[in-house]
Amino acid sequence: MSTVTLLIHVVMMLTMPVLMVGWVNRTKSLWAGRRGPGLLQSGWDLLRLLHKQPVFSVVISPLFRAGAWVVLAASLLAALIAPMLGSAAPLQFSHDFIVFAYTLGLARLFLMLSALDVGSSFEGMGAAREAAFSTFIEPALFLLIGTACLATGQTSFASLIGHWHQAPDFPWLVAPAVAVLFVLLQAEAARVPVDDPLTHLELTMVHEVMILDHSGPELAAMQFAGAMKMTIYAGLIAALLNPFDVSTQPFAGVVASLLIMAGVAVAVGCVESLTARLRMPYVPYYLMGASVLAALCLGATTLLVVRT
Amino acid sequence: MGPNKPVVMAVTNELTIMGLDDWVGQIGLRIAAGERVLTLFGRADGNNHVIATAVLQATHGRLAILRARALRTDSFDALTTRYPSVQMFERELWEQTGLTPVGHPWLKPVRYEADRQQTMHAHPFFSVRGEEIHEVGVGPIHASVIEPGHFRFMCHGEQVHHLELQFGYQHRGVEALLLKRPLLSLSSTVESIAGDSSIAYAWSHCAALEALSDTQVSMTTERVRGIALELERVAMHLSTLTGLATDIAFLQGGATYGRLRTAIINATMRLCGSRFGRGWLRPGGVRFGIDTKRRNDLLVTLADFSRDMAEINDLMLTSHSVQSRLKGIGTVSHQAAADIGLVGLSARASGVAIDMRSSLPGRLYESHPLALLTEETGDCWARMQLRMWEVEESVHWVTHLLDTPDLPLDDGEDSDDDLLTAIGPLWHDTLCISIREGFRGPVVQALETRADGQLVHYKVQDPSLVNWFGLTLAMRDSEISDFPICNKSFDLSYCGNDL
Repeated sequence: MSTVTLLIHVVMMLTMPVLMVGWVNRTKSLWAGRRGPGLLQSGWDLLRLLHKQPVFSVVISPLFRAGAWVVLAASLLAALIAPMLGSAAPLQFSHDFIVFAYTLGLARLFLMLSALDVGSSFEGMGAAREAAFSTFIEPALFLLIGTACLATGQTSFASLIGHWHQAPDFPWLVAPAVAVLFVLLQAEAARVPVDDPLTHLELTMVHEVMILDHSGPELAAMQFAGAMKMTIYAGLIAALLNPFDVSTQPFAGVVASLLIMAGVAVAVGCVESLTARLRMPYVPYYLMGASVLAALCLGATTLLVVRT
Repeated sequence: MGPNKPVVMAVTNELTIMGLDDWVGQIGLRIAAGERVLTLFGRADGNNHVIATAVLQATHGRLAILRARALRTDSFDALTTRYPSVQMFERELWEQTGLTPVGHPWLKPVRYEADRQQTMHAHPFFSVRGEEIHEVGVGPIHASVIEPGHFRFMCHGEQVHHLELQFGYQHRGVEALLLKRPLLSLSSTVESIAGDSSIAYAWSHCAALEALSDTQVSMTTERVRGIALELERVAMHLSTLTGLATDIAFLQGGATYGRLRTAIINATMRLCGSRFGRGWLRPGGVRFGIDTKRRNDLLVTLADFSRDMAEINDLMLTSHSVQSRLKGIGTVSHQAAADIGLVGLSARASGVAIDMRSSLPGRLYESHPLALLTEETGDCWARMQLRMWEVEESVHWVTHLLDTPDLPLDDGEDSDDDLLTAIGPLWHDTLCISIREGFRGPVVQALETRADGQLVHYKVQDPSLVNWFGLTLAMRDSEISDFPICNKSFDLSYCGNDL
């Protein structure tokens, strides 16, 4: 992969979070019969937050102050590994997908720890829910990557995503794989039906309640990291569906990738507009559904590989 | 005799004054016979005595007043142990007068009035002990624009074992204030006791003053007031539906109900100059009739409204995600609702068929009856559906009145009625209980005059006072994450409770 495409990857991962949120919100506004805010509104919001002086609770430890920045750094690192443009990523090495998964895991750990650090009962409940839900969704990612490994024989995240479409069973695996990634996106980026980013009701929150005590630049970091996770999973979906190879047709490939990511944002917005949020006890079933689907993909691929 | 009236009066000198124990016994017997306690309150009488009053409603609707006089240090056997429906009344009686209901299982001040304000810590919350039990306290300051109130949950993981509510943060001394101000300037104060029920409060207040001063208001006035009240009901039910849809993240419901509510409150503004109907009703009549132009304008608004309302209701009711989110959540059984004496919409959603517009119809609802609607399941779904049906019924009722040309709604040529007449001095030594069914349930106001015709006591009772306990029962063994939608489905008033 050329330096130019790597540069495009970095630019994309830094700008797309703002646009993704913009597209989702625009979609929801249109469904609600409104024009909605500008596509860059969340970017302006982040800038506004950066200029604010944060307020810290008197009971916090240094862990809380570090929390937001660790979450942001981990999300950026994960975005560097995630092959959003297909066959290559800025950071690429053997079995890097494990680093990818646990970099996101580290971000989640620090999110939960900084929530617990303020000692609020709401934030404790939010952290407990986050911990429980991530347990149900974690197998989905690994089973999906395992499927791709088996189908392609590659060992790095970028090469196995980039080569998957050459595998003979890819055409009928792509739909369930995209579905699994879509649920992962909803869970990781705290979207409806798993979570509701717009709610003001602390007792029903998962992600939002954990950042209740963050303000100013720390809040901006948390929000950007959340949008970054949405971008990463939308980027992975785009990489699977992209009809162009970015290494041979860079322009068409990048444009197609951007369009698909926009499509994913629109899909997220449509789901949020047309369905109510799940009851909290049903969320684990929804997440486990994604894991089961990923397991079925792995099983089917295994059968095919054994037979050939 | 005529229809049961929503106003009852009694000359205080002619009322039988019982002893406290006798009074309590009588109330107990009547409850056992199936009567409901509509309100129960007391006032100081001189330095050392208390006059206690209970208003009961028989199943056929008629009201009865029971009175007692006792020393303020007296105590009585609490009725709550046998009849939980009076638990809140006994707590309030104890807080406001000092009469002690002995054996009351949870004798805490309702709103920490006056000198009790500083003693909240002397009344700890009910606590559940156990290794894995945790407490969650919410409020009194909330994340959104809702009013202050404290909710204390005893949870085991996500499951709520017990919820205790604490209010009083908005106590403004309304009842005392109403005695201080000049009689004819009370309306605006009454309208702001619970600002979302301005019309129900104003009507109940006006009806009381009119009865006490022997003022007859015209049928036209009654009809305009009826339309005002139903418009308020429609607007507030829509507000609740907006909240419910938003709380379950059902975007289209939230957006559409909100827009429809604006159409209704704007129509109210075109009729009387205030979106909440403030200043529309005054003792002696109404300040604005509905002339032909406004009549047609409102008919057009309601016709447009009905079309969109039917569409969005259909979308809400057929959406599987909405059904899954609301069905079976926050259930209050028929038995529980009857036992704790729920009133208004919350009671009707649990299958308890009570509506003051039906049981105390007066002239207006006798000639133009409204259907008494109930639901059976008592869950959030039932409360949501019932709001939709009540909106439909109210719009239907209002449309019928507007659509019938020989029912005058203003003081134009085709009507001899005066819309606003001056009210005279009040009867002396008279107790007047006035009730109107607001969107939450019956708004009760009790006014008592002295020998010189001045008010000696003004008791206000919002339906929320008793209905809050319904929320507690709805949350038992529920998920704590379901609390916001349960709370919204009841949509009770904090300031109406706090006075």
